[in-house]
Amino acid sequence: MALSKVDGSKVRKGIVASGVGMTYSGITGNVEALRGINLKIEPGEFISLVGPSGCGKTTLLNIMAGFLFPTEGEVTIDGQKILGPGPDRGVVFQQYAVFPWLTVRENVEFGLKLRINKRSEKEIKEVVEYFIALVGLKDFEDVYPKELSGGMKQRVAIARAYAVNPELLLMDEPFGALDAQTRQFMQESLVQILEQERKTVVFVTHGVEEATFLSTRVVVMATRPGRIREIIPVQIPYPRDAGIKTTSEFIKIRVEIEKIVREEFQKQRDR
Amino acid sequence: MPDTKEEQLFKERFRKKKRRERFEKTGYFILSFLILAFVWELARATNLINPKLFPSIKAVLNAFTVSFKSGSLQLHMYASFLRVLTGFAIGITLAVIFGFLIGWFRILRLFLDPVINFFRALPPIALIPLMIIFFGIGETSKVIVLSYAAFFPALVVIYQALVSLDPIYIRAGKTLGATSLETFRRIILPQLVPHIITACRVSLGVCWATLVAAELIAAQRGIGAMMVDAQNFFQMAPLVLGILLIGAISLLMDSMVRAIEKRATSWQEKMT
Repeated sequence: MALSKVDGSKVRKGIVASGVGMTYSGITGNVEALRGINLKIEPGEFISLVGPSGCGKTTLLNIMAGFLFPTEGEVTIDGQKILGPGPDRGVVFQQYAVFPWLTVRENVEFGLKLRINKRSEKEIKEVVEYFIALVGLKDFEDVYPKELSGGMKQRVAIARAYAVNPELLLMDEPFGALDAQTRQFMQESLVQILEQERKTVVFVTHGVEEATFLSTRVVVMATRPGRIREIIPVQIPYPRDAGIKTTSEFIKIRVEIEKIVREEFQKQRDR
Repeated sequence: MPDTKEEQLFKERFRKKKRRERFEKTGYFILSFLILAFVWELARATNLINPKLFPSIKAVLNAFTVSFKSGSLQLHMYASFLRVLTGFAIGITLAVIFGFLIGWFRILRLFLDPVINFFRALPPIALIPLMIIFFGIGETSKVIVLSYAAFFPALVVIYQALVSLDPIYIRAGKTLGATSLETFRRIILPQLVPHIITACRVSLGVCWATLVAAELIAAQRGIGAMMVDAQNFFQMAPLVLGILLIGAISLLMDSMVRAIEKRATSWQEKMT
């Protein structure tokens, strides 16, 4: 059962950043966080943003989410300028941001009960059950988040974002707070979820291996000001599993990206 | 999915443990008061306290029965409860309204914070003489003092809670399409419920303490007034009965609010 039908009335053009710059003005002077970002993301792509701390990758994600407005240029989704957060762009946060006062089911339902996405009770039940099962949280529907592990909380957050059927998923270091084993497991789960319910994804991470494993293209960013240094395609077919991490093809790409990231890190340190 | 045998066994054991814990708690509760009663009578019997100045348990119970049968006890308690509930209701309602306003608007907060702290530090009973001059010794002055007593502690709890809310939940709601009204009703309010209950608990305690003080100063009816009457006629039993009632009612009200709190905040992570 695929619930994310392509809406024929709307031409999907993906997400386009053109000439995006971001300058924070503070008491101690202006900080240029982003400069001249041009990026075109096709529908269905999985894009990772990697780079040293302070390269503006989270800023760029927040602009796409509509939490921040660029001081220069603009970002459009399907040709529409982004003017604020909205249900066409789901966000998964590093700190999970699962509502602790709601059960797993109520969390996933949350978006569907809002006026903007209003559905019938029957539809809500169907969608909620489908996505809870998709993220592997069946039998945990009536549990409060306090009883879940970090990985499970993040699954709730993913199901909640999926439920309102966004075009784009924005993930801000979603697995950053998890231990190595859980992280690996969550990466594979994400690949499986995307196999069943394809979305365009923008994924911010510190982990080059993680980025390589998940992405169709990896965007390496440079610092001060934050800009795009290089975009590296990962032409390994999906579905991917942990096994590909040891293939020579994978390692070659990973090492290439790591080299650029290290260079950027070095430059930042030498300044 | 039906429970496996192990799970059923585990749940049964858990239930038994809970039951035993509750039983133990009640046991200790009764025991501690029995010891208190014993010490009381022992102190009288050994002349540690003058038996003429301090009544026996029997005399206090007797005073209870007599005043209960005559209906005067009910009248006093009714008067006290009415005052507390009116004052508390007015104070809490205003505290919720102003708490939201102050929590929401930063300018208002910066401006009002010092004033609020001044009034919060001021014990409500300090207002009684002024209120008596303004409004006489009737109900109005008492209700105003009690509303005041309920207002400030609750106000501070509510706006501090609002200020310390994690903005990430609001962000998460916005990305799912929540409007401002939906954000308030579905994200901000549920997080504030535990704090509002805490505010009620604090306010109710302060209200009750203030009430007794107010009644001791000026009242015809009420538990405090009953005690003043007993003091004037040197009736020790009703006087001690008043003290015990005040403590018992306070304990009862607090445990009632706590029971509500427990239900309303089961989702919170508890430091136990």
